[in-house]
Amino acid sequence: MAEATVLEMREIRKTFPGVVALDGVDFCLRRGEVHILLGENGAGKSTLMKILSGAYQKMAGRITLDGKEVEIKNPAHAQALGISTIYQEFNLVPHLSVGENIFLGREPVRLGLIDRRAVNRRAAEVLGGLGLNLDPRRPVKGLRVAEQQMVEVAKALSLDARVLIMDEPTAALTEHEIKELFAAIRGLKAKGVSVVYISHRMEELFEIGDRVTVLRDGRSVGTFGVRETSKFELIRLMVNRNLTELFPKEHAGRGEEVLKVEGLTTRDLKDVSFTLHKGEVLGVAGLLGAGRTELARAIFGLDKLEGGTVRIKGRERRIGSPRAAINLGLGFLTEDRKAQGLVLPLSVKDNLCLPSVDKFTSFGLVDSKRERRAAERYVKELRIRTPGLDQKVVYLSGGNQQKVVLSKWLCSEAEVFIFDEPTRGVDVGAKAEIYQLMNRLAASGVAIIMISSELPEILGMSDRILVMRGGRVACEFEAAEATQEKILECALGE
Amino acid sequence: MRARGIELPADFFSHYARQLGTLSGLLGLCAVLWALSPHFMTVSNLLNVAEQAAIIAIVAVGMTFVIITGGIDLSVGSVLAFAGVVMASVLHAGVPVPVGVAVALGTGLACGLLNGALITVGRLPPFIATLGMMSVARGTALMFTEGRPVSGFSGGFRSLATGELLGVPVSVVIMVGVYVVAHFALTRTKLGRYTYAIGGNEEAALLSGVNVRLYKAAVYGISGMLSGLAAVILTARLNSAQPIAGMMYELDAIAATVIGGTSLLGGEGTVVGTLIGALIMAVLRNGLNLLGVSSFIQQVVIGSVIIAAVLIDMWLKRRAG
Repeated sequence: MAEATVLEMREIRKTFPGVVALDGVDFCLRRGEVHILLGENGAGKSTLMKILSGAYQKMAGRITLDGKEVEIKNPAHAQALGISTIYQEFNLVPHLSVGENIFLGREPVRLGLIDRRAVNRRAAEVLGGLGLNLDPRRPVKGLRVAEQQMVEVAKALSLDARVLIMDEPTAALTEHEIKELFAAIRGLKAKGVSVVYISHRMEELFEIGDRVTVLRDGRSVGTFGVRETSKFELIRLMVNRNLTELFPKEHAGRGEEVLKVEGLTTRDLKDVSFTLHKGEVLGVAGLLGAGRTELARAIFGLDKLEGGTVRIKGRERRIGSPRAAINLGLGFLTEDRKAQGLVLPLSVKDNLCLPSVDKFTSFGLVDSKRERRAAERYVKELRIRTPGLDQKVVYLSGGNQQKVVLSKWLCSEAEVFIFDEPTRGVDVGAKAEIYQLMNRLAASGVAIIMISSELPEILGMSDRILVMRGGRVACEFEAAEATQEKILECALGE
Repeated sequence: MRARGIELPADFFSHYARQLGTLSGLLGLCAVLWALSPHFMTVSNLLNVAEQAAIIAIVAVGMTFVIITGGIDLSVGSVLAFAGVVMASVLHAGVPVPVGVAVALGTGLACGLLNGALITVGRLPPFIATLGMMSVARGTALMFTEGRPVSGFSGGFRSLATGELLGVPVSVVIMVGVYVVAHFALTRTKLGRYTYAIGGNEEAALLSGVNVRLYKAAVYGISGMLSGLAAVILTARLNSAQPIAGMMYELDAIAATVIGGTSLLGGEGTVVGTLIGALIMAVLRNGLNLLGVSSFIQQVVIGSVIIAAVLIDMWLKRRAG
């Protein structure tokens, strides 16, 4: 492998009002390598990459590309320099075809008209080069997420990208699609393209990465060859503390029954039954579309029941709305924090108190002093990093946003917590904190339903495990008898 | 900690900067007019401005609530006309004034709640539901009166517009009362909190136990009821209820709200800002009249002010964000 340096960033500084985002970061990229950028949320990964892609301007420091110093003025300039970025949210026009998207803004023209044949021919060439058999005439909106991502890669290549930045590229992909993506990335390496790869998934790092740079609190902690380091060493560098165990599971004693679901049937669920006890973590595993989130929605009063009963502490209850569910002591931490969990333009305090406004209301007026006291307590207890209670949650980092959502349900004194993918998009340090909070909740007698797609998390944190398939409960395991293989077998129905 | 003297919240200025900006716009405008016309800065003229502003300002309160939830109410002008003619006819039938006023408020409330039902139960976009209501209420008002104004009321009723309380026109007193209550409702009550939450993220609000349908419908009800209140003042002022009253009021109310810093995307805004917005529009009209500027040019000026206010607002937000 060639060792030539393509890109070098030295002493990069960037501040935002009140925050130093980058405090002298060094980063060096070699030709044809996959360089992983690792760090907790808020460590500065995104800011660094936004400077490289021209979305932000650095305040100090030097960027050298092929030995020449450059000032990256804007995203178009970055692309002209051969630096392309693939964000988590794609920049594709859904109604245009694959080929039209790849050449958007640079359409080959013949006699003043767009030369469709040339668009499709050249698109097919680029796609073929990626080992992809995709019809360039298909509209983008009909493609799978993984295919759309490859269209983005193709677009970058057609721009003669030498440096490709990928932000969490596997977040929405299946195992099989991840393999395809990795094959494509290896193909890019062979062509001499350098890839900067941002990911929270440790396993991927060792599979696809060559070198890794760790950022912490806006500084670079070090760059290592992937083979010369270990998962635990990297985690220690990221969080600057030893995480002896990723899953610090403590088994709280199983208490009395709090929730009993029998024969629950909705449009998406068929005859689901289970029980949940105080102090217990019930893991719910299954493939996408197996009915896990739908189960949570049904219990929380969001979807109409076609049959079955829900008993809370022994009494049968009809839960017709989230309000009714909350009044009965349920709390639902949704999968999509920004779209469902938080009101982004509202403050930390207002979000935190939203489900329990009633508790703070007397004679029709909201007592904001009592609200502030309650909010202050949770901000302190959960160590939510925010400049103040009036800060809009949109400005908090992902982990801290998740803690605000958690506090909402602590404040409403929920006794049954439903966590749907509690650690998605959350970095390792915050993950461990969330697991510890779950332990504390369980120890205090709260019952937890934890829906997760990450098997290590299911195995590491659950007392009992339900596996769902096609809207039904396919298997149930005690934590001690469950293994990754057994769960997968059951989820796949083999 | 808080008891020791005045302590501003950490983000006091970012919180109120927008209103302070709009307020300085209003004061600057007044200063310019003071310099240009000797008739502007007199007590009687300023009270006149406040009277002129009152009706749009009251309608704009309801609009502010609706826009904070992320919606829009295009029916306010027509609902005003409809509530006015219904009230006029019951007053002519001989009911006491308080009953007549209650009928106007009730008619407006009913129209608003119907908007709310169409939007929440019928799942129509607010634009469509209230666009329909705009035409239905106007048409009903015209049918009801066969297109003719209903005129001539008792002195007691007319005093709702022409009377004074400690030298201040009653309509201005009513306007101030509405703003005090609305500000309080928006900042201190559950209704207010939920109004912002629904506009900021409807799904998150629902999942946090907010009865989204109920509160959304209530907000359109409030908007309708305030149109009814505006109808009372306008009818008393003109001594006549006209089926063609309130034309284009929806646009003035939206303009006052937007100049006042409420985002059409929902989730943020204040009634204090809206009041300043309504006053800016009234001062501008009054000042241009005093200066003898033609009504054609006035429209151009007011339109430009709306665009400039929002441009400046967006520019400031981009710099802050």
